[in-house]
Amino acid sequence: MTTTKKGEIEMDIKDMINDAKSLGADYFPMFLRKPAPKFVTESGNAVFGIIAEFDETPKVFKAAKQVRDAGYSKWDVHTPFPIHDMESAMGIKTTKLPLMAAGAALTGVTIAISLQWGIDWLYPVVVQGKPAGAWQAFMPVIFELGVLITAFMCIFGMLALNGLPRFHHPLFSHERFTRVSNDRFFIAIEANDPNFDPIKTKKLLEDAGGTDIALVEDVS
Amino acid sequence: MSDMHPDQTIALQASGIASGQPVARRVPLIPGTHDDGTLVEDPSLRAPLVLGERSFDEVTNIVCGYAEAPIPKIWLTAFTITSTIAALGTGMILYLIITGVGVWGLNNQVDWAWDITNFVFWIGIGHAGTLISAILCLLKQNWRTAVNRAAEAMTIFAVICAGIFPGIHVGRVWMAWFLAPVPNSNGIWPNFRSPLLWDVFAVSTYATVSLLFWYMGMIPDVATLRDRASLRLHKGVSRVFKLPMPLGDGLALHFMPKPDQIRVLIYGIMALGWRFSSRHWHRYEKAYLMLAGISTPLVLSVHSIVSFDFATSVIPGWHTTIFPPYFVAGAVFGGFAMVLWLLIPLRMFLPNFSDILTLRHLENMAKIILLTGTMVGFAYSMEFFIAWYGANEFEFAAFANNRVNPAKAPYWWAYWTMITCNVVFPQVFWFRRMRQNPLVIWIVASAVTVGMWFERFVIIVTSIHRAFLPGEWHMFFPTWVDILTFVGSCGIFLTLFLLFLKFLPVFALAELKLVMPQSHTDDHH
Repeated sequence: MTTTKKGEIEMDIKDMINDAKSLGADYFPMFLRKPAPKFVTESGNAVFGIIAEFDETPKVFKAAKQVRDAGYSKWDVHTPFPIHDMESAMGIKTTKLPLMAAGAALTGVTIAISLQWGIDWLYPVVVQGKPAGAWQAFMPVIFELGVLITAFMCIFGMLALNGLPRFHHPLFSHERFTRVSNDRFFIAIEANDPNFDPIKTKKLLEDAGGTDIALVEDVS
Repeated sequence: MSDMHPDQTIALQASGIASGQPVARRVPLIPGTHDDGTLVEDPSLRAPLVLGERSFDEVTNIVCGYAEAPIPKIWLTAFTITSTIAALGTGMILYLIITGVGVWGLNNQVDWAWDITNFVFWIGIGHAGTLISAILCLLKQNWRTAVNRAAEAMTIFAVICAGIFPGIHVGRVWMAWFLAPVPNSNGIWPNFRSPLLWDVFAVSTYATVSLLFWYMGMIPDVATLRDRASLRLHKGVSRVFKLPMPLGDGLALHFMPKPDQIRVLIYGIMALGWRFSSRHWHRYEKAYLMLAGISTPLVLSVHSIVSFDFATSVIPGWHTTIFPPYFVAGAVFGGFAMVLWLLIPLRMFLPNFSDILTLRHLENMAKIILLTGTMVGFAYSMEFFIAWYGANEFEFAAFANNRVNPAKAPYWWAYWTMITCNVVFPQVFWFRRMRQNPLVIWIVASAVTVGMWFERFVIIVTSIHRAFLPGEWHMFFPTWVDILTFVGSCGIFLTLFLLFLKFLPVFALAELKLVMPQSHTDDHH
């Protein structure tokens, strides 16, 4: 419709988006409807969680064990470098990345085999006395493509499992958190953890030796 | 600055506003000696990897401080020179593409000369980075943390330089896509049984995997630069944008965004929102270990496949089974020489870096030079011995009459330069004093770099300049385009390396912190 008179129904772009959203919400609720926040600050923002700061590796390592033993599941330790054996202190299950990489390696090898045999069949060339069907000369490309696809899986699979790239995160609004990339260690317990309780969780982190304990808002 | 918040002091220091070095050296060198305390020979003692009892914060400041400080004059001078040379090289490449490969000194007999020499030279240099990051990672050699980032960067830049030459030597560059198996209307496909095609796959895989490996290692460190820039912006201590000037202070441009704003944007995008989560670190370390695992055979395969270009042909002097291990040893040799050649001046110009890059690191690399140099020397003598023992007169002539004998071989000087630089020079490293002296190491590294270029020249040109029929014999003379293209590729390499030095974290920060004593989880360290 190019011409619109006054009085006709004018579609506002905002209305269209809202209509699409409500239609989508019926079919894809997991994408569009967030559950109501369990905890809200005085300003009305949802609570992301509680964060505590530590200044030494042994302290944060001990504290992580305490948080794990208290039964929390949605929490994380943020450290400037990968601390040795932190996964057992936190009770993290081993990642499935090696399995995915093995799958990628098989994919790469399969691609290389079908590429070379396919082309050998489409365009048979006999040079240097190597007959059609001589497969030995195909090994270098099989190896290289296997390595290439595995490397892709290692890096992009790692990023995907980590949910990265994600440029916004509630923790970035906590100013002291910028020092995690320098020399400070943080434990953050999320509010949607079933065990989360603003007072008890704070107490736990205090007892574990955390300093500068703060509530982080989920402003989005 | 005593009334300031500690964060603000750090931010000031970090932004280069505070005067002097980013962090002053706390423990000076042991007076009267060149020893920095890392050269202990007692095997029960572990040499410290970071000197001066640095804290995490100081190490962060040292590494990030240089990337954040205003552009130094010496950097600007070096960059002007190298980028001019790089532009010259680019001009030569354009001239070649416009005119044709006839501008090089190639002839009917010598159809591979400086182009392939340069390719093998650069790709060989590109082997040290992945060797340090992959093989030394699997061998748990913690000292690699001080050199791996710079070596990996050097690898990428060397592979870029290497990639130029096969790309342009094909003549009609616009047909270079024929290298890849792309469906086309002619129904013509590449020959998968040719080592030249294996090369395409090996080099492109190596370039991609090295780049990804380098980038992945850099994600946490770039996130550190992002956080520091954002901290300075919040504290209001960011510098204004200054256009660097040859003399005096830079020209302040207030309408431009502040450098920290640009940093937050670019480093922010590069860091992919990394938030140093232990759950992420767990997968990151797994991915790193697996990449090291697959890169180890990869780095060995690449130069093996490059050597197949020669070894699978029937040219006397090329057709030998020793080539793959010989080429790999030579690549590691030349690569480590280049790493040392670049890092020793860096230690001099940026004194704080010598707390991270200690004499022990240099000594370790000198030992690798000695080991691989001896392997290369063994390969030279074995090659010659088999040429005689094999009783193939053409094979023997390729060595005795074309390379070694000054009375008969026109290229004897190239062969003996190679032997002197690659076999004789590294022998000084048998002496402790020599391999602990940065100047001696630097001189040997320069010699090895020259020698490794001559090695490829000897292998390629002396083998083909005299074929089976004496009527076909022909010498090779480089033209000015040949020479300037090679010089230009050195300019491209150094320009990229200078950009890396100024704008990216030169040391792997997170890994350095991991090898410091404060990273241990038990109290009694």
